[in-house]
Amino acid sequence: MDNLAVGLAMGLGAIGPGIGIGLLVSKGLEAIGRNPEATSKIQTNMILGIAFAEAIAIYALVVALILKFT
Amino acid sequence: MAALHISISAEPLFQVSGFTVTNSTLTGILVSFLIILFILFLASTKKKGYQPGSRLHVFFEMIIEALYNLTTEIAGHQKGPIFFPLIASSFIFILANNWFGLLPGVGTIGFIKPEPLPVEIPAQASAPGQVQAATTEQAHQSAKEPKFTPLFRAATADLNTTLALALISVSLTQFYGIRHLGLSYFKKFINLSNPINTFVGILEIISELAKIISFAFRLFGNIFAGEVLLAVISFLIPALAPLPFLGLEIFVGLIQALVFAMLTLVFINMATLSHDH
Repeated sequence: MDNLAVGLAMGLGAIGPGIGIGLLVSKGLEAIGRNPEATSKIQTNMILGIAFAEAIAIYALVVALILKFT
Repeated sequence: MAALHISISAEPLFQVSGFTVTNSTLTGILVSFLIILFILFLASTKKKGYQPGSRLHVFFEMIIEALYNLTTEIAGHQKGPIFFPLIASSFIFILANNWFGLLPGVGTIGFIKPEPLPVEIPAQASAPGQVQAATTEQAHQSAKEPKFTPLFRAATADLNTTLALALISVSLTQFYGIRHLGLSYFKKFINLSNPINTFVGILEIISELAKIISFAFRLFGNIFAGEVLLAVISFLIPALAPLPFLGLEIFVGLIQALVFAMLTLVFINMATLSHDH
C-alpha cells in the first residue's frame, strides 16, 4: 500500500507538468517558426517557462522519494 | 550482495565543536577549494598585461563572456555588470557541484559504521509482549547490519545547500531592490490604495516565500533524483546501462545550474525595475 502511494504521488504529479511543458514548447516552436530572427529570445524565455513547469513535477518526485525512503 | 544505499538526508561524518560536518558539506568545501585552485592555476598562465596565456584560459574566458552576454541581454548594460558576479558565481558553483556528484567514487567510496545497539525495551504486559519481542528482534537485526556511509556526496544533493543558495538568491533580490529603488521597493508588498492592491501585495509576499521553496526544491529534487536514478540503475544493470543516464545527468546538471542563475537574474531584474505603469 505504501508503494502504491509512492507510485501514485509521482505518476499523478507528472500529468500536469507534462501537459504544461508540451503546451509551452509547442507555442515556442510556433513562435520560432513565425519569426526565426528572434530565436534566441524565444528560446531563453521558453527554457525559463519549462523550468517553472518542471519544478512542479520535481516537487511531486521529492514527495514520492520522501515517502519511499522514510 | 551489497545493498542499495539511498538516504535523503546527508550522513554526518564528524563533529567540529558542536557543528556536524556531513559528507555533502565536505564535498561542497572540497569543490570550492578545487574551483579556487583552478582559477589560480589559470591566472598563473597568463602572459603580461591581460593577454590570455593558454587555450584553456581562452576557453574559460569564452564561458565567462557567454555568461556576461546573457546577463547584459536580460538586465541591460547598466545593471548587468552589477548583477554579473552573483549570477556567474551561482552558475559556476552549482555546475561544479552538480557535475562533481557524477564522478566515480562519489557516493560509492565510504566506510562502514556499525550501528550502536538500541536500548533494551523492558517487556511490558503480556498482550503486547509478543509485539515487543518482535520489535526488539528486528531492532537487534538491523543493529547487527553495518551501515554504509559514503564519504562524498554531491553538495547540491543535500537540501541544506540548496536551501542556503535559495536564501542567498532571494535575500539578494530584496537587497538589490532596496538599493535601486530605495524604500519605495516595499510599495510592491504593502500597497493600501485599494483592497485589490492590498491583496496583490499579500500575494507578492507569499510569492517571495514560494520562490525560496521553489529554488531549493527544484535544484535538490533534480540532483538527488538523478543520484537515486543512477544508484538504482547501477544496482540493477552495472554493465553498460548507466551510460545514457550519466549523459542525462550531465545535461540536467548543466540545465539546472543555468536555470538557477537565470531565474535569479530575472527576479533581480524584476525587483529593480522602476515602476512606470
